[in-house]
Amino acid sequence: MGAGKNVSFFQFDWKAQRWNLVVASGAVLGGFIASNYLSASTAVAITPATITQLNEMGILDAGQSYMPAQLFSLAAFSSVKSVLLLSLGGFLVGFGARYAGGCTSGHAISGLSNFQLPSLIAVIGFFVGGLIVNHFILPILL
Amino acid sequence: MRTLLYFSIGILFGITMFKSEAASWFRIYEMFQFNAFHMYGIIGSALFCGAIITFVLKKFNVNSVVDGEPIVIPSKESGWKRYLFGGVFFGFGWAISGACPGPMFTVLGAGFLPILVVIASATLGTFCYGLLQKKLPH
Repeated sequence: MGAGKNVSFFQFDWKAQRWNLVVASGAVLGGFIASNYLSASTAVAITPATITQLNEMGILDAGQSYMPAQLFSLAAFSSVKSVLLLSLGGFLVGFGARYAGGCTSGHAISGLSNFQLPSLIAVIGFFVGGLIVNHFILPILL
Repeated sequence: MRTLLYFSIGILFGITMFKSEAASWFRIYEMFQFNAFHMYGIIGSALFCGAIITFVLKKFNVNSVVDGEPIVIPSKESGWKRYLFGGVFFGFGWAISGACPGPMFTVLGAGFLPILVVIASATLGTFCYGLLQKKLPH
């Protein structure tokens, strides 16, 4: 794309940043170990009220699985709606985390632990955005 | 050695995210509905430990086990626009995909392959931020 030549954001020092990729690889292996060897059942026991709500929205496996099949089973790959939702969600997470200079770990955990006002503002932003989508947009989208 | 240390931290993070269910779409949904204390308990306890550890690291000028240099935690740049606007965008995406950037990799390891679409799109999102960076209010 040639973007690396004119935008400093793209001047990525692979050698200095390699540790990021190592931690991320560890997180993949951790997920594999936890789901395959450390869990008798991976069903998530969310509250009955949440299960009822999700069932009404067509998420019928709420309370019985770790992730909703509509979005995260292999069948999701062949659903245009699911792929669009995953793409939109992912794009916004990536764009927003970069724009805000951090995510839940960087701001909500490490930033607030270090009593950073910018992190408090970011966390308020996370919840403003999340609450709007969760309460008003998801019921339409799902 | 250094690589092994980072890799171990990643594994510990992955197991914690999966077993605490913070990597579950359902828990994120439930959190935004204020239907359970679960996610607030995870974030709250992480914050409680984090605040104590950060305090100790700063107070006693603890050195890093990786390179022996003192650990310095840089302050966030001042301002509010990027934090609020960026935060809201992040929140929109968090509520849809039910995944933060870290747990996405845990979800992949747990075998939910459609998360690859989320990871690829998130990477595209950061790329687009890079393109627009100078035009956005910070």
